Amino acid sequence: MTFATHTGNRGLVLEEKLIFEQGQPGRTGVDLPEPKGTKSRLGGLDRDSNVGLPGLSEPQVVRHFTRLSQKNFGIDSGFFPLGSCTMKHNPRLNEKVARLPGLSDLHPMQPESTVQGALELIDTCAHWLLVLTGMPAVSMSPAAGAQGELCGMMAIRAALDARGENRRRVLVPESAHGTNPATAAACGFTVDSIPATEDGRVDLAAFEAKLGDDVAGIMLTNPNTCGLFERDVRKIADLVHAAGGYFYCDGANFNAIVGRVRPADLGIDAMHINLHKTFSTPHGGGGPGSGPVVFSEALAPYAPIPYVVRNENGFHLVETADENDGMKPFGRLKGFHGQMGMFIRALTYMKSHGADGLRQASGDAVLNANYLLARLKEKLSVAFPGYCMHEALFDDSFLKDTGVSTLDLAKAIIDEGFHPMTMYFPLVVHGALLIEPTETETKESIDQFCDAVLSLVAKAESGDAEFFKNAPYLTPRRRLDETAAARKPVLRWQPETA
Amino acid sequence: MRYLPLTRADRAAMLETIGASSVDELYSDVPEGALLDAPVDLPHHLGEMQVERDMQALAAKNIGTSSAPSFLGAGAYRHHVPATVDYVIQRGEFLTAYTPYQPEIAQGTLQYLFEFQTQVASITGMDVANASMWDGATSCAEAVLMACRATRRKKAVLSGGLHPHYREVTETYCQYSDTEVTGRDGNPEQQATVEELGELIDDQTACVVVQYPDVFGRIQDHTRLADLCHAKGALLVVVFTEAVAFGAIKSPGSFGADIVCGEGQSIGNALNYGGPYVGLFATTQKLVRQMPGRLCGETVDQDGKRGFVLTLSTREQHIRREKATSNICTNSGLCSLAFTVHMSLLGEDGYRRLATLNHENACKAADAIDAVPGASVVNDSFFNEFTVKLTKPAAEVVEALVAKGVLGGVPLSRLYPNRSDLDNYLLVAVTETNTDEDIAALAGALKEVLA
Repeated sequence: MTFATHTGNRGLVLEEKLIFEQGQPGRTGVDLPEPKGTKSRLGGLDRDSNVGLPGLSEPQVVRHFTRLSQKNFGIDSGFFPLGSCTMKHNPRLNEKVARLPGLSDLHPMQPESTVQGALELIDTCAHWLLVLTGMPAVSMSPAAGAQGELCGMMAIRAALDARGENRRRVLVPESAHGTNPATAAACGFTVDSIPATEDGRVDLAAFEAKLGDDVAGIMLTNPNTCGLFERDVRKIADLVHAAGGYFYCDGANFNAIVGRVRPADLGIDAMHINLHKTFSTPHGGGGPGSGPVVFSEALAPYAPIPYVVRNENGFHLVETADENDGMKPFGRLKGFHGQMGMFIRALTYMKSHGADGLRQASGDAVLNANYLLARLKEKLSVAFPGYCMHEALFDDSFLKDTGVSTLDLAKAIIDEGFHPMTMYFPLVVHGALLIEPTETETKESIDQFCDAVLSLVAKAESGDAEFFKNAPYLTPRRRLDETAAARKPVLRWQPETA
Repeated sequence: MRYLPLTRADRAAMLETIGASSVDELYSDVPEGALLDAPVDLPHHLGEMQVERDMQALAAKNIGTSSAPSFLGAGAYRHHVPATVDYVIQRGEFLTAYTPYQPEIAQGTLQYLFEFQTQVASITGMDVANASMWDGATSCAEAVLMACRATRRKKAVLSGGLHPHYREVTETYCQYSDTEVTGRDGNPEQQATVEELGELIDDQTACVVVQYPDVFGRIQDHTRLADLCHAKGALLVVVFTEAVAFGAIKSPGSFGADIVCGEGQSIGNALNYGGPYVGLFATTQKLVRQMPGRLCGETVDQDGKRGFVLTLSTREQHIRREKATSNICTNSGLCSLAFTVHMSLLGEDGYRRLATLNHENACKAADAIDAVPGASVVNDSFFNEFTVKLTKPAAEVVEALVAKGVLGGVPLSRLYPNRSDLDNYLLVAVTETNTDEDIAALAGALKEVLA
């Protein structure tokens, strides 16, 4: 049934203008004291024109953002099996703790004597990461996974420079996240792509053939982006080390093995850990993330400033490269000391789970993914044979001759009330569908999702491609014209000019 | 475990469907000996109450800025955050959403990003802004790399007024990309003239980076510097650490800046001991396609209704891989939402009044400190932060102030550990959160400590 309403609203789905279209001069959402009229000391640069901000009252602002929130799908809304992103439950205790006075109100430049608890918290979070990975050192400062990669690769570059070696080639599998090659390039390396085998892993022979004395190292995601454990990971580590290179592991999928496999036992030299994946800090609609990096003994001396050490006076924050403690930091990656708010949440999560719960979490994540794989494999085409880790990967050959694409199917899944899977990634699989249920989903919700997907596949096979081409139907907005957006970019609101 | 819903019966039934005998069997690709058969050596799981108690115990070992008169700035500022901000950012539809790759079910995130971009462009006086960066320091580094791309040159000149962390991060980002970073040393007593900075610009200079207000709190007109840069084919990058300032002072866009970037923490975000914060990044229409980071743009849907999408993603790593404009992926989504909500509450009147109150409080504190024997304010101009010269090393003074219950500022030796000539300087920030009693407490304690 479709009919137009006067307002354009449809029941609980309310149209919402931009704040710039709602404001009125003279309105405000804050009550601040009247200024006293002190003579300014702004160097003669007092603002002499309006900023151009709209005026709204508090109730308007609350309603505006509440309405916007209702046009969003989050983990709290429903099943969110977005592969490679680990959309697991975000516990509210973590949010509560992060807001405690004595944590949220700490200024980063307070004297050390007033922040001993904060430094202890960072040190404790670091300790958990070290035990879980089996590695000897960790840098807590990277702001996100991609900056963690930068941290790891800069340490490799610094270590090579210290050895006086001009190795500039980095081997990156075709299936890697786009951040891997982008990061390698940002560190002055060239990227050499390694093909995948028929079973979705690194082609060991091709890898070996590419090794040479100009190879700085390999950037390998394990478990990889196809959701598979790299069986030859130790051989890869041995080979790259024998060739004089380093092993950077992209730890984006650490959530599949946390508490069960220690990356140190696989021979890695550096690995970032996305706290917003494995340790459930909220994705927040695109950040903030946090990407601590664990290091082997070989790379540890090059870790960036700052870092926390413990001495006879308690905890101490090393903020300069000149403190002579045997370290040769490659530099500084961000202002201040890292994403403290995320350390608090991650540590709260780790303490809640404990060593036993983390092990259970990774096991349940892998169990859920394999269950989903088992339920869908009769109808959908599995990309690679065998068990998967925390996510199941399919290609689009099951949609062949239906006229329905991976994208069309995903949009129809939206109408069923689920967030779609990751599409068209990894690039090594045609029309990829990457599905990651995570450990915090019930068997019932996975069953419901699988039933819905199977019914849609049956519908696609029945020849109703047109239905899929126009999906979704029930969302606040239907398919958006991305080509038009890119052709003539409108990136801000502009007042209408007379 | 309260977050894990599978029951023993679920697990058994699921293994049967899979056709595996155990969860360990699913890990059969793990090399021999690497699969642990027991939990690692860490404590076992805890209930909510115990975890909260443990974390509270850590918090109790700190002295927070809300429990003592606090005058710390240097790139992070304590402001009042309205209750509405935290309510909105804790709504699960925002908190637990992903990057808005499925625009049909992410219009909430996309619309606020569009509003955020408009607000950032408005306060900086620029044409466009992106959907945020990690923080001010990384924004500064990315601005330099962007200037190099845009001008096809390989040299950046950093002014002495730039925050040392921003300088260090920029140097770190540039060290492996053949980009030469030069500049002047910071000096609170003496400011480089336009001519002195201009001398450092040559035909390989991609940009000059200045901070406004600078790290010592000074406010300088950069119009002539912008002209000089442009005459020599370089860009002017204006960095800021206090986003409230633009409610009181002229925007960097009015100088003719090409890139304006900095820290947005001041608006809507708590201090959080240094992060997460939110990098703001704005530029001119001409340079849009050289920008790093995500951009949200307006478009229409299939039914012709206005909607928003992420756009110009061909600049980004997930499409361009090693040829991307930056490796940035996740940005600071939720912190940018906090910024947007706070800015929406402030509006034109609130934003400008907030800035005025900050400045008036700072003037009051500057007068009170100047009257203390052994302390003198160095700045001729400032917004809400200024440098004070003391007769004793500032680090010692700050420790002594803590003993008197005052968080008195940031000693320059903390920012410049290798500059013994700056040991006696203290950076003092004053915001709308500081009361007259706070200012009197600082001045009183300072008087005793310096006596």
